[in-house]
Amino acid sequence: MTTPTGAAISARGLRKSYGDKTVLDGIDLTVPEGTIFSLLGPNGAGKTTAVKILSTLISADPGSGEVRIGGHDLAADPQAVRAAIGVTGQFSAVDGLITGEENMLLMADLHHLPKREGRRTAAELLARFDLVEAAKKPASTYSGGMKRRLDIAMTLVGDPRIIFLDEPTTGLDPRARHTMWQIIRELVTGGVTVFLTTQYLDEADELADRIAVLHDGKIAAEGTAEQLKRLIPGGHVRLRFTDPATYQSAAGALPEATPDDAALTLQIPSEGSQRALRAILDRLDSAGIEADELTVHTPDLDDVFFALTGPVPQAGESGLPSELQEPAR
Amino acid sequence: MSSMSLAVRDSSTMLRRNLLHARRYPSLTLNLLLTPVMLLLLFVYIFGGTMSAGIGGNRSAYIAYVVPGLLLMTIGSTVVGTAISVSNDMTEGIIARFRTMAIHRPSVLIGHVVGSVLQSIVSVVLVGAIAVAIGFRSHATALGWMAALGVLVLFALAFTWIAVGMGLISPSAEAASNNAMPLILLPLISSAFTPIHSMPGWFQPIAEYQPFTPAIETLRGLLLGGAIGHNGWLTVAWCLGLTALGYFWSTSKFNADQK
Ligand SMILES: Nc1ncnc2c1ncn2[C@@H]1O[C@H](COP(=O)(O)OP(=O)(O)OP(=O)(O)O)[C@@H](O)[C@H]1O
Ligand SMILES: [Mg+2]
Repeated sequence: MTTPTGAAISARGLRKSYGDKTVLDGIDLTVPEGTIFSLLGPNGAGKTTAVKILSTLISADPGSGEVRIGGHDLAADPQAVRAAIGVTGQFSAVDGLITGEENMLLMADLHHLPKREGRRTAAELLARFDLVEAAKKPASTYSGGMKRRLDIAMTLVGDPRIIFLDEPTTGLDPRARHTMWQIIRELVTGGVTVFLTTQYLDEADELADRIAVLHDGKIAAEGTAEQLKRLIPGGHVRLRFTDPATYQSAAGALPEATPDDAALTLQIPSEGSQRALRAILDRLDSAGIEADELTVHTPDLDDVFFALTGPVPQAGESGLPSELQEPAR
Repeated sequence: MSSMSLAVRDSSTMLRRNLLHARRYPSLTLNLLLTPVMLLLLFVYIFGGTMSAGIGGNRSAYIAYVVPGLLLMTIGSTVVGTAISVSNDMTEGIIARFRTMAIHRPSVLIGHVVGSVLQSIVSVVLVGAIAVAIGFRSHATALGWMAALGVLVLFALAFTWIAVGMGLISPSAEAASNNAMPLILLPLISSAFTPIHSMPGWFQPIAEYQPFTPAIETLRGLLLGGAIGHNGWLTVAWCLGLTALGYFWSTSKFNADQK
């Protein structure tokens, strides 16, 4: 059921426009099996559009490259793709007129589970998502967070191997959010692949093996959270001293550092790479100075997000916006 | 699982879902049932005196005359409800979920159709019972009754599929009920209430060959005796044609990319 490369999801040159508005302008995505991939982007960037295409809800524009999900060609065999995936869209996909339990049993029936197994699965998932008390009430009477939990519980009926979650924790309270994170992690431990979009950068940071930032129809950057953070300046190395004399001589050896006399710390701008660190250490060594503590501060994902999804850079040189010299906040 | 048994299984799941909806929220069903019952009483007790003169008989002859048309109107009224509930259902988020699942896709619509045909039959039986209670008498044999029921089912199936298509192209319940209006109006320009020969000459061919008239004449033949003639074939042809048209129209609309 997998491609030779072991990618659960792979898309080449995905394009989609509405009228003359280009939403996706040829994006490439690869998600290895059993990993969590997170698509980030500001409102209207096209995250939901990408999820809809990958989950067979809408078709990509002609001229898009091949898309394979769970080893199946999306265009040629959408039904096989549907059998491999579970989808929780951005907007509630529960039947409001029937109860939570009936919604779950409906899913069990549509997955052709035997009656008893269907009931057991429904009961288990309702318990796991803390919906036992509300199970016999119409779903339309649920709170936003309860609907969201029911929505995701319904997606898990039938044990899909690839799961799309479009902003799964939007509207959840902190406890429910952490429970959801726990559940997502457990899914991945069981070998499930998760394609996640989110507005919460800490969520991507917490969960995702790889993150892609969608901006202006293109993938502006892709990598692990750490790689992304290193993409933009704003990071620094901090040296802390206990002995004021050592501190003074270090400040002399590193004139570009910002001193903090009260705390006896020096802050040196650095992107935190091995090479940059070695340069600093070499200079300290040759001056015969030893710091008591050295910490590397990389920018957090918020910095990356603001920098990458700011106004479009002038056509020409670098792919990164020029404001990167001073990370926008 | 073979695709046929998949279709049957998913359709019956979807049917259960629709019956559950109808049971929880019966108000629409009851409202739509009210229309043909009111019309029956109106035509028999209020207009009956005058109208019966048009067919050259008395009130009880007129009851016999209008009942076949009213039975078909009951179906027309039920399928307006179908158009409304399909259009409502399409705004439910769960439809998007169904689209991402490996189910037999048309089953979402088939569930609506079967549910609605069942509802039509229940309504037709109710209206028929009221008609009998106020004096409708038939000399039909059991076979005649079965054949009449067959015609009604076929007719309900055809118009339900058309109504499903109308529901799918309607962005709101109001639009659906407007789009389905012709299904209520068509019987008024058929032989349901007045004989075709009493209508203006240029209009007679329209009234005569639109689907309601042959079906009404077939029911009259089956329930009250008299010649059916070409009306039987015309009815079957109309019903099969509309069923096929409605099915392909609806499924292609449902399969198209969603906005
Ligand atoms: N059916 C449609 N017709 C026209 N334009 C559309 C349609 N669907 C989406 N768009 C446009 O495509 C763009 C991307 O929308 P999309 O919903 O994918 O964004 P998103 O990244 O999910 O945003 P959000 O964070 O707000 O959920 C938007 O500008 C939107 O207006
Ligand atoms: Mg979105």
